[in-house]
Amino acid sequence: MQIDWISFTPIPSLLGGMILGVAAALYVLLHGRILGISGIISGLLHPKLSDSAWRLILVFGLVSAPFMAALFFGIFPVVEIESSWFAVVIAGLLVGFGAQYGSGCTSGHGICGLSRLSPRSLVATLSFMGAGFLTVFVLRHLIGV
Amino acid sequence: MKKHIGLFSQYAIGVLFGWGLIISGMSNPQKILGFLDLAGLWDPSLMFVMLGAVLVGLGGFYIVSKKTQAFFGGALHIPTRRDITKPLIIGSLIFGAGWGIAGFCPGPALVALGAGHLKALVFIVAMLAGMELCERFFSAHKKASSQV
Repeated sequence: MQIDWISFTPIPSLLGGMILGVAAALYVLLHGRILGISGIISGLLHPKLSDSAWRLILVFGLVSAPFMAALFFGIFPVVEIESSWFAVVIAGLLVGFGAQYGSGCTSGHGICGLSRLSPRSLVATLSFMGAGFLTVFVLRHLIGV
Repeated sequence: MKKHIGLFSQYAIGVLFGWGLIISGMSNPQKILGFLDLAGLWDPSLMFVMLGAVLVGLGGFYIVSKKTQAFFGGALHIPTRRDITKPLIIGSLIFGAGWGIAGFCPGPALVALGAGHLKALVFIVAMLAGMELCERFFSAHKKASSQV
């Protein structure tokens, strides 16, 4: 294993991670819910009026985060998408289906679930990380995409 | 009034979470793929993100375990299930495969959309389709889908 020292950002990643933790902690304390993005989005598929406004507003918060970061701090997010359009569609289908079938994603299972020591979320996190490692290995090193 | 502050809080927490993703580098799919690529040049950053998030999260969820009500009212909606099921594992494996293909998961995709990337929009539409597909054809386990 070779470490990519040029890309590795321990301090910003630790700091950013702590901000994610603060957001998740505030969310459960103030709103009494798990800050699981996939669950919050999927609740919009068959919307009920009373249950949709807060979901849309939270989603809007995430979407406007780059603008607000530029406005307040002059920070612009780095987003490099090298996947093809086809790969992006397949990835989206799998991520959506999998999050729904597996009851959560990287935020709900990964951040919140591990923080509340949920055995289900530990199993989910190990499963999606394992599948992620395997997928990248197959795509990059066996097939050579 | 409290309802309006509650909705503003939803927005603010959405922005804060987005900032966390931006600062940690997780809004960049290439950085996610750099972490998932153990056999190539490996970028361990994501481990530090999880470490920071869970350290703070442990405190937050410990405090909430002593409470019965959310600040903005209403009962706590915290999952209570502890059973390890096939859908949990299979779903997570499928999620991980998709995550490994493009380096996107739901939160970062929304942030990337806000940064103006059309591919993020395509990812999100496909993701919604995937969720709907699951709801339509695998809804026998629907009760579990709202629980982490």
